[in-house]
Amino acid sequence: MTEVGTARKRKEDGRLITGRTQWTDNLQLPGMLHVAFLRSPMAHARISRVDVSGALGRPGVIAAFSGQDFAAEQGSLPCAWPVTEDIVIPDHPPMAFEEVRYVGEAVACVIATDRYKAADALEAIEIDYEPLEPVLDMEEALTDASPKVHAAGNKSFTWKFAQGDIDAAFADAPVVIDRTYIQQRLIPTAMEPRAVVAQTDGDMFTLHSATQIPHVLRVMLAVVTGIPEHKLRVIAPDVGGGFGSKLQVTAEEVLALLIARRLGKPVKWTESRSEGNLTVHHGRDQIQHIQLAATQDGVIKGLKVDLLADMGAYLMLVTPGIPLLGAFMYNGIYKMDALDFTCTGVFTTKMPTDAYRGAGRPEATYAIERAMDELAVEIGIDPLEARRRNWIRHEEFPYTTIAGLTYDSGNYEAATDKALALFGYDKLRVEQADRRERNDAVQLGIGISTYTEMCGLAPSRVLGSLRYGAGGWEHAQVRLLPTGKAEVITGTSPHGQGHETAWSQIAADALGVPFEDVTVIHGDTMTAPKGMDTYGSRSLVVGGVAVRKASERLVDKARQLAAHMMECSPDDLDFANGAFTVKGTETAKTIQEVAFAGFASHNLPDGAEYDLDASATIDPENFSYPHGTHLCAVEVDTETGFVKIRSYVAVDDVGHVINPLIVEGQVHGGIAQGIAQALYEEAVYDAEGNLLTTTMADYLLPSAADLPDFVTDRTETPATSNPLGVKGVGEAGTIASTPAVVNAIVDALRPRGVRDVQMPCTPERVWRALQ
Amino acid sequence: MTRISVTVDGVLYEEEVEPRLLLVHFLRDRLGKTGTPIGCDTTNCGACTVHLDGRSVKSCSVLAVQADGSQVLTIEGLASNGSLHPMQQAFHEEHALQCGYCTPGMILAAIDLVKDDPDPTDEAIRDGLEGNLCRCTGYCNIVRAVRRGAQEMAVTHD
Repeated sequence: MTEVGTARKRKEDGRLITGRTQWTDNLQLPGMLHVAFLRSPMAHARISRVDVSGALGRPGVIAAFSGQDFAAEQGSLPCAWPVTEDIVIPDHPPMAFEEVRYVGEAVACVIATDRYKAADALEAIEIDYEPLEPVLDMEEALTDASPKVHAAGNKSFTWKFAQGDIDAAFADAPVVIDRTYIQQRLIPTAMEPRAVVAQTDGDMFTLHSATQIPHVLRVMLAVVTGIPEHKLRVIAPDVGGGFGSKLQVTAEEVLALLIARRLGKPVKWTESRSEGNLTVHHGRDQIQHIQLAATQDGVIKGLKVDLLADMGAYLMLVTPGIPLLGAFMYNGIYKMDALDFTCTGVFTTKMPTDAYRGAGRPEATYAIERAMDELAVEIGIDPLEARRRNWIRHEEFPYTTIAGLTYDSGNYEAATDKALALFGYDKLRVEQADRRERNDAVQLGIGISTYTEMCGLAPSRVLGSLRYGAGGWEHAQVRLLPTGKAEVITGTSPHGQGHETAWSQIAADALGVPFEDVTVIHGDTMTAPKGMDTYGSRSLVVGGVAVRKASERLVDKARQLAAHMMECSPDDLDFANGAFTVKGTETAKTIQEVAFAGFASHNLPDGAEYDLDASATIDPENFSYPHGTHLCAVEVDTETGFVKIRSYVAVDDVGHVINPLIVEGQVHGGIAQGIAQALYEEAVYDAEGNLLTTTMADYLLPSAADLPDFVTDRTETPATSNPLGVKGVGEAGTIASTPAVVNAIVDALRPRGVRDVQMPCTPERVWRALQ
Repeated sequence: MTRISVTVDGVLYEEEVEPRLLLVHFLRDRLGKTGTPIGCDTTNCGACTVHLDGRSVKSCSVLAVQADGSQVLTIEGLASNGSLHPMQQAFHEEHALQCGYCTPGMILAAIDLVKDDPDPTDEAIRDGLEGNLCRCTGYCNIVRAVRRGAQEMAVTHD
């Protein structure tokens, strides 16, 4: 059978296109109460007084609490990635009770019989603040004169990583490219706002949450709240997108559990979009100083990166680790002799940052791909040629990079050639020259991004060596039911990625059962008890591989029973298309017949148990390294600064493909999010530390009208690090597309003296760059 | 409280509501019509789009009392006799959804668009759906789905 590789329509769609969904906010439980949070309007202040009593007499109000009410039991929100020995990890109370450090931090709450009444009563809470100075600029924050976000100061850590002789690489280097790029702060903006429902019968606790990480969340919530892990069930029902923003242990999840415990009633909290923009962790926000040393021929010798990363006010689940995920990617697909990377994590009075699609790798890819264009200009060659002179050639794989990663497979030449052909590169260069010649008001720019990334998080040993608090394995169980149907229990937690479909394809092939006969169970720590969840493009390359291995183990068990049924040795059986056949004969039993024989158990081998379940835990031996070439053509109106993407071609290599439909969808969405960073999105704080982009009217997600049709294609160089030959795809588009777009804009304007436009490249910024 | 009479997905409801109650909360919290989700507070995202007397509206910007005497169609009432609406089917065929949160609104907005423009160009589809945001798909497959859905609707309604 060949389910794998087939463009199966998704199993998930049925409920999603008919509205029979189970979003967390849909839950209605008998006696359920609604929580509304009062949030700090100050970026930095001491809380001098809170009086919630005014809220208590309001209609429908059951209770109201301040941070002080939870002080003894709320613990501190966890940071699982202490990247250095001496990292400063400040206490992070879920509800502030002494000091607030960003606008939006929860300071009190009301619990009422419906969401309107809870929100109404917030106005009756009295709270006094003593204002403190906000800290908003990373470079100023590191000066002695700066006010302090925390008593320990504004520096959280400095993390260094050096390979090769960087001084030798830069000494007498004929070409040095020295640039500073700004990664603006972004708001992930999953379409489903966060929502939480907590309930307890006094013994067991159940938390429904719009989360990417039910398993990790259960462990962390047990640690934070003291609710024993075996008394806590976490359920991620249908989850409407995440992009890293729901890879978090949030204040609201902790507080919902504490409130449910205190009141003995189920409670629900659903954020408004404005609340979400303020308090869902943000992404990016780095200042990147990159220096590249090269020969006169454009051969790279070494790379120095000095990074300032805005942590925001606190360290959340993996906040300090995000820039590290980029550290190993600044060298991209290129060979060099030395790499020197330093990152300093800085506290400011803003919402904490954390994982956002790509998490460190888009930033790294942006810097190196921008710098490659600068190198090409510096020595007067085509930017593609600059890349060709430095990239790892296909015959050199597996290749251990200067960062110490071993790229298992890839073919940058093939992906680039395919992309160039689809794009019509040479023709566009001719048109560009013509427009330049004519001094046309609308200039054409061509942007290139030849990226790779490390994903599929991750070998547990490597994570341990980076001081990450957990492992990177993934688990699957496969069960053969009496009627021959199969259940796949996965530890991945999909929120749009189509695991129910793709895992069915993998299991169907391995078990020889129809695609329709497989059900995938996920997202509930009771029914899918072991897992590490979904982020970092890990689900297929770790979790999907676990499904395959568990399925194979199940077939081995079924083989034993089939051999007994047919009175032969297991070795004498062939297994194909769902049937065990005695070699050289017509004698066969289908896997469904074996399933029922096991269930009936009338004739098991002596001493055997009915056991047609199998599990597997995969700890990957390496990261996954998808790669590709993205080409973008933009038209820039030099009179208005308006940028129009004229064409966009992406050729990605994600190894073997389980479902091309899903892969294409992931690439499309990834590209859109990368373009959004390049052209539209930015979280803006004012001089007092107020977030100005609290609505979708201010924080500009691209609409259909803003984006072009993407031309996508693939090359297929199988991964050698897993038996499916697959590579991650969830973040690739986002990692690749941002530099492709900005390189194109700069390329269009370079004859007019422009060598950088700060993202997002709004018409105003482009126009100003031209003045 | 105000008494309103609204037909939702073919069923008549008579309810007492606060004048400030949003239509989307009326649908979700009062009637259990949770197929219509909420994505923003500011009428930007379109996730909550329903049809009010045959035209698409964002139900977060309509008060329940404004729907008094009206017909509301939500995603839950779109399929008939067990058959998906052609636009629902097209979204499935073209992989025009991932997380699916924007999908009910996107489908209902698309149907309204096709009513006005039975054979829309890709540009018309993109412009027409500007008020419905999707964070997953990059819109390529949504455009394809709407084109396909429009063709199927033309056949079905002939």
